[in-house]
Amino acid sequence: MTVDLPMPRIGAVNDDAPRPIKLVLNWGRRYSLWVFNFGLACCAIEFIAGSMARHDFIRLGVIPFAPGPRQADLMIVSGTVTDKMAPAIRRLYDQMPEPKYVISFGACANSGGPYWDSYCVTKGVDQLIPVDVYVPGCPPRPEALLQGIIRLQEKIASETLSNKSIRAKYAGSRTAAAGEVTRPLLSKPVVTGRHTAGVPS
Amino acid sequence: MNPYLTVGGVVIAGALLFVAAMAIRRLLAPQAPTAMKLTTYECGVDPVGEGWAQTNVRYFLYAFLYVIFAVDAVYLFPWATVIRSPELGMASLAEMGIFIGIVLVGLAHAARRGLLRWL
Repeated sequence: MTVDLPMPRIGAVNDDAPRPIKLVLNWGRRYSLWVFNFGLACCAIEFIAGSMARHDFIRLGVIPFAPGPRQADLMIVSGTVTDKMAPAIRRLYDQMPEPKYVISFGACANSGGPYWDSYCVTKGVDQLIPVDVYVPGCPPRPEALLQGIIRLQEKIASETLSNKSIRAKYAGSRTAAAGEVTRPLLSKPVVTGRHTAGVPS
Repeated sequence: MNPYLTVGGVVIAGALLFVAAMAIRRLLAPQAPTAMKLTTYECGVDPVGEGWAQTNVRYFLYAFLYVIFAVDAVYLFPWATVIRSPELGMASLAEMGIFIGIVLVGLAHAARRGLLRWL
């Protein structure tokens, strides 16, 4: 199954924009990170504490609780990722617009954590989606999340988007993903003519 | 100056601002469409069925009785202020009689369908 889609690209002006323009764009991306909160377990409570008045990551330009993936720049996976949840995480990450970033928050999202030998826990969200920053802890304190956000902002400030890099990132996704390959439901074979194979006449 | 010129200027400036914002977004924003990105957002699961779906309109009953009683009252209150006036009084009395008659037909229909019973 082939997918007929335009090649990934950054904006027409963006690729050969002068350096100050790129600096301004990175600055904008860095300080307006709309968060798509993927709270899956107790780490989500620490995340919420980080978003509230005492720790307040909004002062870093991180805006919590985006209405959906289409409005989000940053996905924070906080909590235990199970194999049953995995396809939804992958789909929602796919539906975020470029450029997008992921913070893995807590031991479970990093590596499976205390449930590393469970039959149904994904051993780290980085098996599903590319992770930019890992925040260790079980659960991490909200200050650790603030540190992770600052690390991510440093990374965004130093990155340079180009057509080449975005095409390299999507090189594996240009052909069909497993979720796109479908076949019609099983049905009885269509009988053509009176004598068909397998039916004694 | 014609005040409508000001309104026109504001409208044109607003349209230009919108066009400029959209053009700059097109020129600067990265795009990497994939089939998964373009599917309908359904909280991370596959969309099922089509965009149109039929539902059972149970609230029809409430909407029906609401129209009969509440909308009825909305039109009756302003009528109360003009009913004593010599030129409008008799004509409006006849008109409201027709209006309430039509609404009463609706109420009779609701009663016939058993909507006025408690259970």
